[in-house]
Amino acid sequence: MQVTERMQEYWSRNLRITAILLAIWFVVTYVASFYARELNEITVLGFPLGFYMGAQGSLVIYCVIIAFYAGYMNRLDRTYGVHEEDED
Amino acid sequence: MAQTQSAFNANLKRYYSFYTGGFIAFVIVLAILEQMGLPNKIIGYVFLLATIGLYAGIGIMSRTADIAEYYVAGRKVPAFFNGMATGADWMSAASFIGMAGTLYLTGYDGLAFIMGWTGGYVLVALFLAPYLRKFGQFTIPDFLGARYGGNLPRMIGVAAAIICSFTYVIAQIYGVGLITARFTGLEFGVGVFVGLAGILVCSFLGGMRAVTWTQVAQYVILIVAYMIPVVWLSMKHTDSPIPQISYGYTLQKVTALEKELNDPNSTRGAAEASVRKIYLERAAAAEAKLKALEAGGAEYLATEKAKLDESAQASFPADVAAAKAAWTKDVSTNKAKAGPVKAHAEPFQGKDEAARNTARLNFLALVFCLMVGTASLPHILMRYYTTPSVREARRSVGWSLFFIFLLYFTAPALAVLVKFDIYAFLVGSSFADLPAWVANWAAVDKTLMAIVDINKDGLVQLAEITIGGDLIVLATPEIAGLPYVIAGLVAAGGLAAALSTADGLLLTIANALSHDVYFKMIDPNASTTRRLAIAKGLLLVVALLAAYVTSLKPGDILFLVGAAFSLAASAFFPALVLGVFWKRANQTGAVIGMLGGLAVCMFYMYTTYPFFGVNAPQWFGINPISAGIFGIPVGFLGVIIGSLLTPAPSREVQELVDHVRYPNLEGNT
Repeated sequence: MQVTERMQEYWSRNLRITAILLAIWFVVTYVASFYARELNEITVLGFPLGFYMGAQGSLVIYCVIIAFYAGYMNRLDRTYGVHEEDED
Repeated sequence: MAQTQSAFNANLKRYYSFYTGGFIAFVIVLAILEQMGLPNKIIGYVFLLATIGLYAGIGIMSRTADIAEYYVAGRKVPAFFNGMATGADWMSAASFIGMAGTLYLTGYDGLAFIMGWTGGYVLVALFLAPYLRKFGQFTIPDFLGARYGGNLPRMIGVAAAIICSFTYVIAQIYGVGLITARFTGLEFGVGVFVGLAGILVCSFLGGMRAVTWTQVAQYVILIVAYMIPVVWLSMKHTDSPIPQISYGYTLQKVTALEKELNDPNSTRGAAEASVRKIYLERAAAAEAKLKALEAGGAEYLATEKAKLDESAQASFPADVAAAKAAWTKDVSTNKAKAGPVKAHAEPFQGKDEAARNTARLNFLALVFCLMVGTASLPHILMRYYTTPSVREARRSVGWSLFFIFLLYFTAPALAVLVKFDIYAFLVGSSFADLPAWVANWAAVDKTLMAIVDINKDGLVQLAEITIGGDLIVLATPEIAGLPYVIAGLVAAGGLAAALSTADGLLLTIANALSHDVYFKMIDPNASTTRRLAIAKGLLLVVALLAAYVTSLKPGDILFLVGAAFSLAASAFFPALVLGVFWKRANQTGAVIGMLGGLAVCMFYMYTTYPFFGVNAPQWFGINPISAGIFGIPVGFLGVIIGSLLTPAPSREVQELVDHVRYPNLEGNT
């Protein structure tokens, strides 16, 4: 089993999307929490925004990150021909 | 193969739809029986027996004598169902019963648990689940053993898995005992062993296969039980059935009420101030007694005791040390109660800027430890071995978080709704005419609900109410005005949450011992029958041991749970992630990283957690529960430095890393 150049490209695209999604995760979690007091000045749907991000907003974004990653990687597998055989 | 898998999936959907419908019908029938006069105690028993009987039924139907079925449910659990099972596996009694209460008591600062216990799944999805599934063995130490070679990394993995799973499982069995005791009137110790029977019927005969299918059933019960009362309460206060969206306006009302109660110029604020004044006087009295004790010693204690009548003497502290402890506690509790109402939505409260910054630092550190810990707990990672493919494993993390999200997204709403109910309706009501739920819970358990007319004005003030966090979820059905059958349902939900987590944890411990220690290290030639017999025997021994330790009621369950996360994060995360993402990582690095991370984490807990009595100064003011914030970086550094100082791993290991990185290396385009 030889890892070809095309496969290395697959892996680096995987690393790139992982890094991007991790950056979003970091901003939503840590940057938003760090500035929670300042964000609380803004009101959204009746919520102070800092509180809203901790209680609801960040959770929704986590779900979206994971769903996006699964969809992206499952497509990437097919594009690069590394998908598993018994797929419907 | 694909045909049978999709037929299997279709069958599963049919079974579980029937099951959910049947369960709802069961609750409706019980509700009708309640209207016809079935006593509450019987309803409690019916829920307990019916649900445990149901789990036992699934457990027996899923019995197996096949190794892959026993350890990884035959690797054919579809993403959707594995998501549900992971949800039940993940959400413990602490999430189900305790979470909303923590949020009620601590406001914004409690959100660290909400974010930490969901955001960790992003790390699971990006760094671990697909790769572990491709690796495709049975346990987490398996991966460490294969990737780093030799028995040492595997052995450290086994030890770390046992340490964190065992501390965690004790908290679960404790929860099972409490719920059983509360809803059936059995003794706590008896409740623990009844619960243990419930745990064992799920896992003993069928291992992972049985645990998976009971966890799916348990998830359905726990989420139905959580949602019904919240939706009802939301209809009452916001006229909207979706509290998660509409409670922003309730939060505004709560904030306005907090301001009113803290304002001594308003009528209600003045009443609160009068109660707080009494607490301050009590604190001062206790301080005066402490001072006199300092000067007079045992002599002073004896004269004070002689002044009392006989019944009061019985509860008087026996010696100087006991008196000092009791009165010091008096001072701090009274002072705490004399403080103003905390603002629910305000983050990082403190007396000055420095205290607020430390609170913020601790919040961020706790979120980090809980997240990385989530992505390191073996009983969760193990679940991703059970999906049919890498593709399904990726999707399965999404479903897992979605099913967990449903509950965690709701808990903050529940906390605010209950807070509004208490601030707006209970506060200011008359002691002669308390709502029924307050009187009921105050009669059942003083630690959950205590209410005393301190300033003797005949009206309830917020400062006169003492609430235990667990009350919030348990009492919501009554606050919302629902029949008792829903309270029974909530108890069944809490039981399902505790049982499912305990199952997953016990199986992790028993499998680490039977598969990694016995089969991989002691007797690699053991027959299938023998391996399964050993696995089941160990499960029984570990379960009994855990129940025994629980029945001793070891203190501070919450700290134990938090500690499990920091320990798992420090021990596993660096070695697992670098094992996939850095080919150069080798055995020496892994050993140094895992041991170093674990050691720093344990050292910090030992020196700063008051229980151990060392009380060394904290580093940067970080609480001991977040010790992982130091352990995790040490773990990464250990793996990196240790690996660079020693030769690169062999070709076979590097090929294993490639094997794990690509879902299919053969290439079939």
